[in-house]
Amino acid sequence: MTTYLLLFAEFFKTGLFAVGGGLATLPFLYDIADKYPWFDRAMLLDMVAVAESTPGPIGINTATYAGFHAGGILGGFVATFGLVLPSYIVIVIIAQVLAKFSKNPIVLSVFYGLRPAVTGMIAAAGYSVAKVAMLHTENFTGLSSLAGLFNLPALLLFAVLYFLYVKFKKHPIVYIAGGAIAGILLKL
Amino acid sequence: MNIWFDLYWTFFCIGGLTFGGGYAMLPMLEREIVERHHWSTSEELLDYYAVGQCTPGIIAVNVATIIGYQQKGLRGAALSTFGVVSPSLIIILIIAGLLKNISQFEVVGHAFGGIRVAVCVLILAAVFKLMKTSIKDKLGAVLFAAAFLGMIFLDLSPIFVVLVSALVGYLAKMVFAKEGKNE
Repeated sequence: MTTYLLLFAEFFKTGLFAVGGGLATLPFLYDIADKYPWFDRAMLLDMVAVAESTPGPIGINTATYAGFHAGGILGGFVATFGLVLPSYIVIVIIAQVLAKFSKNPIVLSVFYGLRPAVTGMIAAAGYSVAKVAMLHTENFTGLSSLAGLFNLPALLLFAVLYFLYVKFKKHPIVYIAGGAIAGILLKL
Repeated sequence: MNIWFDLYWTFFCIGGLTFGGGYAMLPMLEREIVERHHWSTSEELLDYYAVGQCTPGIIAVNVATIIGYQQKGLRGAALSTFGVVSPSLIIILIIAGLLKNISQFEVVGHAFGGIRVAVCVLILAAVFKLMKTSIKDKLGAVLFAAAFLGMIFLDLSPIFVVLVSALVGYLAKMVFAKEGKNE
């Protein structure tokens, strides 16, 4: 019983203080690994690898995995619930305020500045995915190695998928499935 | 279809079909929330991202909570939040119970190499679409470029970007625009 209470408390703390996306939970998870016998730092890295290669938010996946190692299936549920609860409370409060003040000129002016900046941040997130997916930055040692910098099959796949997306505008999952199949065939 | 079931199921699908975190979820949210169910507009979705970015917790989950709340209050928020985390719970518990590490299989690695490329395509298309709605003038273009370059080259904290751009928007619309009118 105490294990579940501790799990809940630790992941509640993580959910409350990790601001800004899934990997922001990592420093807190390291802290948990050092404090409790549930899992160690090396296992955490494996968990992150699994979390990144399965669907769903990375932070949630890692919490479920860590909770499972600490206390079985119930542990997985308790850790995930603990992680989500603080943001649920905070967001519900903010949503109420937003609904009340959504026509307020100050709120409108704030969002006027926020929207282009958030678009820029999403573009930057796309850039960092593109870097991993289509460049071999580890091979780049100077201009002479320029050709080795580009992952040509991946770039070609990008061009083909982009063309198909603009032309047919099918559901995103179609392109994700297509990408997975092409990745296996091209050994990306 | 029943709205309660719709909220749960839509977010279940979004959680289950998204690879690689909150931002990769945006194209899926655009499709399901904006185009299919009309639960919010593209602009509102960006506002929710900004809120999700600077509040505690996982961005994708925060966005799900807000949209659920807008539709059906506290219980709607709970349903959509539970929906978005359900696939993770199911999949991860199965994997943790059965396998040590699925990323050790070579074929999984290749598939994810291809999925990452597809995610780039989806994010790029989403960004082009959002640029049309979110960048209204020169100041907007400057904020977009500054946020993009600042995140890549200066490794700025997202919270910092959100706070500064909110302040710039406030100053531009509330302070300087008013001074202009008074003159």
